[in-house]
Amino acid sequence: MDFSLSKEHEMARQLFKDFAENEVKPLAQEIDEQHRFPRETVDKMAKYGFLGIPVPKEYGGQGCDILTYAMCVEELSKVCGTTGVIVSAHTSLCVDPIMTFGTEEQKQKYAVPLAKGEKLGAFGLTEPGAGTDAQGQQTKAVLDGDEWILNGSKCFITNGKEADVYVIFAVTGKVEKRGKMMKEISAFIVEKGTPGFTFGTKENKMGICGSSTYELIFTDCRIPKDNLLGKQGKGFNIAMHTLDGGRIGIAAQALGLAAGALETTINHVKERKQFGRAIGAFQNTQFQLADMATKVQAAQYMVYSAAAKKDEYTKNPKVSYSVEAAMAKLYAAEVAMEVTTKAVQLHGGYGYIREYDVERMMRDAKITEIYEGTSEVQRMVISANILK
Amino acid sequence: MKIVVCVKQVPDTKGGVKFNPDGTLDRAAMLAIMNPDDKAGLEAALRLKDQYGAEVTVLTMGLPKAADVLREAIAMGADKGVLVTDRVLGGADTWATSTTIAGALRNLEYDLIITGRQAIDGDTAQVGPQIAEHLGLPVISYAEEISVDEAAKKVTVKRQFDDRYMMVEASMPCLVTALAELNEPRYMTPGGIFDACAAEITTWGRADLKDVEDSNLGLAGSPTKIAKASDKVRKGAGEKVTPDSPEEAVSYIVGKLDEKHAI
Repeated sequence: MDFSLSKEHEMARQLFKDFAENEVKPLAQEIDEQHRFPRETVDKMAKYGFLGIPVPKEYGGQGCDILTYAMCVEELSKVCGTTGVIVSAHTSLCVDPIMTFGTEEQKQKYAVPLAKGEKLGAFGLTEPGAGTDAQGQQTKAVLDGDEWILNGSKCFITNGKEADVYVIFAVTGKVEKRGKMMKEISAFIVEKGTPGFTFGTKENKMGICGSSTYELIFTDCRIPKDNLLGKQGKGFNIAMHTLDGGRIGIAAQALGLAAGALETTINHVKERKQFGRAIGAFQNTQFQLADMATKVQAAQYMVYSAAAKKDEYTKNPKVSYSVEAAMAKLYAAEVAMEVTTKAVQLHGGYGYIREYDVERMMRDAKITEIYEGTSEVQRMVISANILK
Repeated sequence: MKIVVCVKQVPDTKGGVKFNPDGTLDRAAMLAIMNPDDKAGLEAALRLKDQYGAEVTVLTMGLPKAADVLREAIAMGADKGVLVTDRVLGGADTWATSTTIAGALRNLEYDLIITGRQAIDGDTAQVGPQIAEHLGLPVISYAEEISVDEAAKKVTVKRQFDDRYMMVEASMPCLVTALAELNEPRYMTPGGIFDACAAEITTWGRADLKDVEDSNLGLAGSPTKIAKASDKVRKGAGEKVTPDSPEEAVSYIVGKLDEKHAI
C-alpha cells in the first residue's frame, strides 16, 4: 500500500493551491459578508477546466480521476467553503448522473457544456417534506404526449439560481414493493428558462453564504419526453448513486475546511503572544494542535481512499464505494466541525470576529454534517452495510 | 510558426534561501520553480500559439529534476519539452550555458526563440543575448509586448526602459528576452498536468549538442570564477530616538546626515 501521491497528483495539488490562494482567498470574506455568488471565480474555474475534472476528454472534460477532483474541492475549501461546494454540487450532483445514466444525446447536449464550464449544474431532490426520507416526494411529473409536465417545488438547492442545467426528481406513479404501494420516482434534466420553472425564496444561511441556495418551483413546467434521465422509475437508485459520489465531494470540502482552519491556527499561535510568549509555546495549544492535525490527516486518508475506490468503480462497476464515501463524509464533516471550533477557541476573542477566517470556517463547517445526507444518514448507510 | 522557449528551473526564494557549507546555493534543499521572466516568455509564446497557431517547444538545461519545469510548461499548453542534462555541463557560467543551449538549438527548427530577461538566481541577463550571438540572430531584449507579422516574417517588440520604451522590429528568426511584467502567466489545467506527466521529454546530453567545443562547456569551460559567495550582511537593528519636538527631530537627522558626510 503506497500512501504517496503520484507526480500528476502532486502537480495538480500545487495548481489548486496556487489558484485558491491567488484567485479564491482574496474574495472569501467579501462573498460571505455580501452573500454574493462568486461568478468571476466560476468563470476562471471554467477556463482552467475545474468544472469537468473527472469527465473524459471526449466529453469536454479534463480526463482526470476522482482523487484529482477531490483534491480540487479540498484546496478550494481550505480558503473558501462556498467555492468548494459550487464545484462539488456541479460535478458530483449534476455532471456525474448525466454521464452515468444519460443517453449519448443527453451527454452531448448537457454533459459536454457542463464539463467545459460553459454551463453550471445543480441537483434537486430535497423538498420541504422530503429530505432524508426521499419517499416523501411531492413533486409530480405526468407524461402528456411528447412532454413531461412537472408540478411541485424543491428546496435548499445549491447553485440554485446560478445553474443552467438541473437534475430534478419527481414522482411519476406508484409501484408495489414488498406488498406495499410505494411512490415511483424518476429523474429529469430541466433547463433554466423553461416556462413554468421559477425560483422561490433565497435562503439566508449560517455559512457557505456565497453559495446560491434557492427554492425551485415548477408550475405546469413542460419538458421534452427525452429529458427523462435513466429509466422511468429508477429515480431513487439514480439519487442514491449520485449522493454516494456527492459525499466524496462534501467530504473533501469538510477536509479542506478543517485543514484550512488548522493552517490558519498554526500561523496564529506562532504570532499571538500572551504572558511574554507565543501561545504556541504553551502545552495546551500544542496538544490541541496535535489532536487537530492527527484528525485532519486521518480525514484526508479516508477521503482519498473513498476517491480511489470510486476510481476503481469507474474501471470495474462491480466495486462499491458507498460505505467508504459515507465513512469519509461522516468523519471529515465531524472533524471539520471539531477542528474549526477548536481553531476559533485558539484564536480567542479574535476567532469570534468576522474579520478572522476561522469564524467563517466554523460557520461553513456545520453544513457538511447536514447536506448530502446528515451524519445520521451516513451512520445508517454504514451500519446497514455492517449488519447485512 | 515554430517557437522555442528557453526556461530555467530556479530556487523558490519564498521557501527561504539555503546554503551549502562552502557558501554555494544548496539547490537540493530548496523548492524549485520556473524562473518568473521565463514563465512570462512562455505565456507570450502560448498567446502567439492561441492567436496564430504555433508549435511551442520548451528547452531547459539543468539537473534531471529540471524536467519538472518542462512538464509544467506542457501542462500550461506547450507542445514539447527538451531537457539538456549531462554531468560535464555542470557548473556552467553564462558563457558555457549559452554555448550549450545554442548547441541544442542548432538541432531544432525555430522562427522565434524567447528567453526570460534574467534568472532570479544568477541575475545576469546575459544568457539570452549570448545565445543569439552564438546563433547569429538578431536579439531584442527587455520585451514588454511582442507581436508577430507572420506574412512579413517579422516581430515587433515594445522594449522597456526605466522612463520610456522603444518599438523595435526584427526579421525572423530572432531572439526576444521577456520580462515578468509582459503578462500574467496562465495556470496549468488538470488535464494538461495528466498529459504532461505522460508526455515523453526529449533528453539530450553532451553528445547531442551541435557545433560546440568541449573547452566551452561546463565548469572547465566557464571563464567566470567565483571567488566567494556569501549571504547578505544583515543590517543592525538601527537606532531609535524619541525627540520632544519636530524641530529637535530635524536637527537630530541633519546632524546625523552631516556626520555621515551625506550633506
